[in-house]
Parts: sequence; structure tokens; C-alpha cells
Amino acid sequence: MGELKRTPLYDLHLELGAKMVGFAGYDMPVQYPLGVMKEHLHCRAAAGLFDVSHMGQVALRAESYEAAAKAFEALVPQDVMGLGVARQRYGFFTNEAGGIEDDLMFANRGDHLFVVVNAACKEADIARMSAALSPDVTVEEITGRALVALQGPAAETALARLNPAVADMAFMDFTEVELEGVACWVSRSGYTGEDGYEISIPGADAEGICRKLLEMEEVEGIGLGARDSLRLEGGLCLYGNDIDATTSPIEAALTWAIQKVRRADGDRAGGFPGADRIFGDLAEGVARKRVGLAPTGRAPMRAGTQLFAAAEGGDAIGEVTSGGFGPTYEGPVAMGYVGTAQAVVGTEIFGEVRGKRMPVTVAKMPLVPANFKR
Amino acid sequence: MKFTEEHEWLRVEGDLVVVGITEHASEQLGDVVFIELPEAGTEVTKDEEVCVIESVKAASDVLAPLDGEIVEVNTPLVDEPGKVNDDPMEGAWFFKMKASDLSQMDDYMDENTYKDFIG
Repeated sequence: MGELKRTPLYDLHLELGAKMVGFAGYDMPVQYPLGVMKEHLHCRAAAGLFDVSHMGQVALRAESYEAAAKAFEALVPQDVMGLGVARQRYGFFTNEAGGIEDDLMFANRGDHLFVVVNAACKEADIARMSAALSPDVTVEEITGRALVALQGPAAETALARLNPAVADMAFMDFTEVELEGVACWVSRSGYTGEDGYEISIPGADAEGICRKLLEMEEVEGIGLGARDSLRLEGGLCLYGNDIDATTSPIEAALTWAIQKVRRADGDRAGGFPGADRIFGDLAEGVARKRVGLAPTGRAPMRAGTQLFAAAEGGDAIGEVTSGGFGPTYEGPVAMGYVGTAQAVVGTEIFGEVRGKRMPVTVAKMPLVPANFKR
Repeated sequence: MKFTEEHEWLRVEGDLVVVGITEHASEQLGDVVFIELPEAGTEVTKDEEVCVIESVKAASDVLAPLDGEIVEVNTPLVDEPGKVNDDPMEGAWFFKMKASDLSQMDDYMDENTYKDFIG
């Protein structure tokens, strides 16, 4: 393992007293002095600022947005061509087996397509896009910009102080906004289940804008620890845990993210890797499904916890893929895969924790209701 | 007061030894969200896992520091695990035990040695 990379906000993290950890090759703040629990609760009560500059920002350019979108549809099962200008959508790269290679956000920037991918996958993603799309589409990794997220019910109030225009953005709008005289790319989206924004800032200007936000009473810095508990309560997948190259989007309960136009009876059906498997899953159903899990007791059920249909005997019917304590939920929360027979909200199953089977209920996701700006 | 390399503290109280985890340990763990305590009356051997502590980050164990019998546990901690972060050295003790051989305490560090140990 080589030296950890630093984001443009590295010095600010140290100044704020962050505890730093290696994550996907970057030295990132896992928590600030407030601690995971209070950071989590603060984000749901006011606003939290997250450094997510380790994620990959990529511009796909062709002769037009439509040309780039059409090419990109060969890699993802989403409706890219039909996405409106200045709008963003959730998607994922699939493989020939119908598994998920990475999940991502993509936006129509008018003349090009902008994609944000996970840090741990970005090299592979860029290689995949370059191999599949060149030379008609140029794949440009944007390395000079920071990416931050401002999340929580007070995010609008806070960011609107720097530019009132952000208040008019709807959920999943994506636009260029001037903040402190700097051209920033702002989307109304996030990874917490809260309203908020994700903001791409030229690297040299990122610290100044973040300081401006952190000076505001509503805003606290939030580390990767609380980011994980927030997204877990929000029922949002972590790539590598809850979805991976072996999980189909149908098993992962991400069917909603495959628009009708790309499905078997759609106008632009298929044409992405693994379409046959995914259409098969849609038509015939799947053997396992991703579900929310609410342990009855207080003990967290962490990733890897084996799940059983009964308190005694029988083989495992599934496994927890993410789990921990939900500070807002005020109890343990988890998600994982179970057999379709058990994938019904309200079903009581059992998770084996330290050799003991403990009751856990299949729960509707998200466990903490989302608070998006619609 | 004595300290173990597992970041537990031991305090002699009459003929019992009170056991908890150190402030350093509670800081390292982060917010504690779950505690499983042994039952009073349990016979334990030194280094046996007797409690489970789960924080927002991970699960860890508390080991029996001595041979003996657990005679009292701090039951309210189960409902208030956050007390381990707020008051680790006093109110958030885990259990009291009757040691079968108090000389086992001699193996452990005094406060200054422990301070050096955690750097």
C-alpha cells in the first residue's frame, strides 16, 4: 500500500481536530472531536459538511450530450438520454453476469455528461469507460476539484447565504452556482437521507468556502463514521458491502433505478452488460433480496452476521451486509440479503451474534424516513 | 488502582475488586451503544471474556483480570451504555469480583506505568 493521498481539505481536517484514517487510498476524517454519535444527530437536526473529494469526478464529452449519453447507455441500465438538462440521476455499471461493478450519479450538463463514482472503484471505472467509449467519447477525470456535501434540514439556509439561488433547486437538480465568486457545480442530493447539496469546488477555493460554511452556527464537520450511520439509516447502499459484482440490481432492491425505457419492453431495451440476467430476474423473480433489518434487542448486528429463519437449526438464509447503531433510530439498524420467502416486511428472523441467535425483524427501508426536498 | 494492558482498571474495595475500562479506552472506542454484562455468581478465570462492549465503530471484549467470582454487575449500564464515555473511571464500572488470589493484581501496572504505556 502506497502513501495515502490527501484531499484539498486535508489541512482543514487536521486543524478541526479530525481523527484521520486511510480510506480508498485517501487520508480521510473518520470523526471530528464531536464524535460519531453527535455528528450524526447534528446532521439530522441542522447541517453537516462532509469532505467527499476522494470520490471520482468524470466528464464524458462527445459531439453533444445526446451522443455521450447514448454511448454511456451501453454501460448502465439507466435512461441517460432522457435525462433533462441540469438534472441528475442515480445509476450503476453492470457486468455481463448482471452484477453491479459500481454505483454512481450522473448529470446532464447541457453539452456533456458528468459522472461521480466511488473512490475505491474510480480507477477501474475510468478504465472501463475509456475502453468502452473511446474514441467517440473523451473520458476526462477531473482531478483539480474538491467535492463536499452539505446535508441536513438547515443545509438550504446555510448554503443560500452564499447564493440564494440554491434555495430554488429541486431534489436532483444540478447546476453551476457561484459561491464566494467561484464557479461551483451544485446538485441537490446526498447520501444521508436528508435534504442537502453536493458541491464540486476548484481545489484551491475549497478550503475558503468550507470555512465560510463551518463558521455558520448550523454547520458542523462530519466524518466518514457518521456518514456511514446516516446512509445506513437512510437505506442507502454502500458499494462493496450491500452491492457488488455478484448482486443483481433486482436482488439489491434497486429495480426503481432502472427506468422503463431500458427494460425488456422499453423503446431502448437492454444494450447494457448483463441485460439478459437482469431481465430474467425481473420476469422470474429472484431467490434473495436486500432488505432493511431492525434487531429486536440492543446488540448491533454488523456486516457478516449470519441470518436464520428460526431460533434453532436450519441453514443460514442470508447475511447482514451493513449494520451498526442508528443514533436517530436509537437502536441497532442493519441491512442485508435474505431469501425471498423472508423478504416481507414484519417477518421475524434471527441473526447469530457471538454464537447466539437474536431476533431481528425485516423492516421497511429506510428505517429513518427520508427528508428530501421534492 | 491497577491497570491492565487491555485498558481495564481494577480498584480494591473492601474484599472486592471493582473493574472498569479506562478513559483512554473509552475515547478509543468512541460512543458506546451496547453492553453485555455477565451474571452475578459467575465463576471466571483470568483472561476469560466476560463483557461485550459495542461502540458506534466496533465490538470489543472486557476480560476477567483475575480468577474468581463475579459478585455484582452494574446493571444500569445496559440501559445507559453512553455512561462508559461520560464517567468511565467511576460510575461506569462493569462488575465487582471476589478474587481467589489477590496477588494476581501484582502483575498489573500502576497509574504512572499505565500512562507511559498509552503514551
